[in-house]
Amino acid sequence: MILLTHDAIDYHTLTESVRSPNSGAVVLFLGTVREMTGGRRTVALDYEGYPEMAEAKLAELETAARERWPIDRVGIVHRLGHLELGEISVAVAVSCPHRQQAFEAGKFLIDELKISVPIWKKENWDDGSTEWVHPGGELPPPV
Amino acid sequence: MLTVKLFAKARDLVGSPLIQIPWSDGETVGRLKQVLSERHPSLMPLVPRLLVAVNNDYASDTFKVSTSDEVACFPPVSGG
Repeated sequence: MILLTHDAIDYHTLTESVRSPNSGAVVLFLGTVREMTGGRRTVALDYEGYPEMAEAKLAELETAARERWPIDRVGIVHRLGHLELGEISVAVAVSCPHRQQAFEAGKFLIDELKISVPIWKKENWDDGSTEWVHPGGELPPPV
Repeated sequence: MLTVKLFAKARDLVGSPLIQIPWSDGETVGRLKQVLSERHPSLMPLVPRLLVAVNNDYASDTFKVSTSDEVACFPPVSGG
């Protein structure tokens, strides 16, 4: 399942959705809103996405991961909108027969998501200022 | 005219989520970046790192664009 949502991410339901008797390993990654970045204090993040392309890129990532690991089920949910400190911005759940495959596939999915999926975050610093987060980077490499 | 969607800081710098650009079919993504910085100088600082997507896929500077394509411009992504 691939989903962009403005609602809080139900990671329990997401995790259950990838569990199956075929898989002995389920890995769940949660990205959460962190308070400190380089000595500055975050009070909230605003996420914006390009939904049609983001969903297409996430589907491509799932396909690429399935070519590398014997994945049973995948669930990726990314939150959009205003998130307070500690809230969950992204959840990746993956199930595989064995744990190493599940760990590797989960890491691949979140790492690639951060490189190629068109979603952006804006910092709301504790001094009242805001700032788009735009890492320096070239064209994302083809997966 | 070519319709271009803008996101994140690109949208903020231009002040609109959607812009129209005079366009001849077959002009390239590289040309689009040039026209964007001419018509919207506020975008200039971002242009060297600006990403262009055509029909929901990343497009290099040599990629040819038609007015019927869905085109979007945005900065490097920062989701997660």
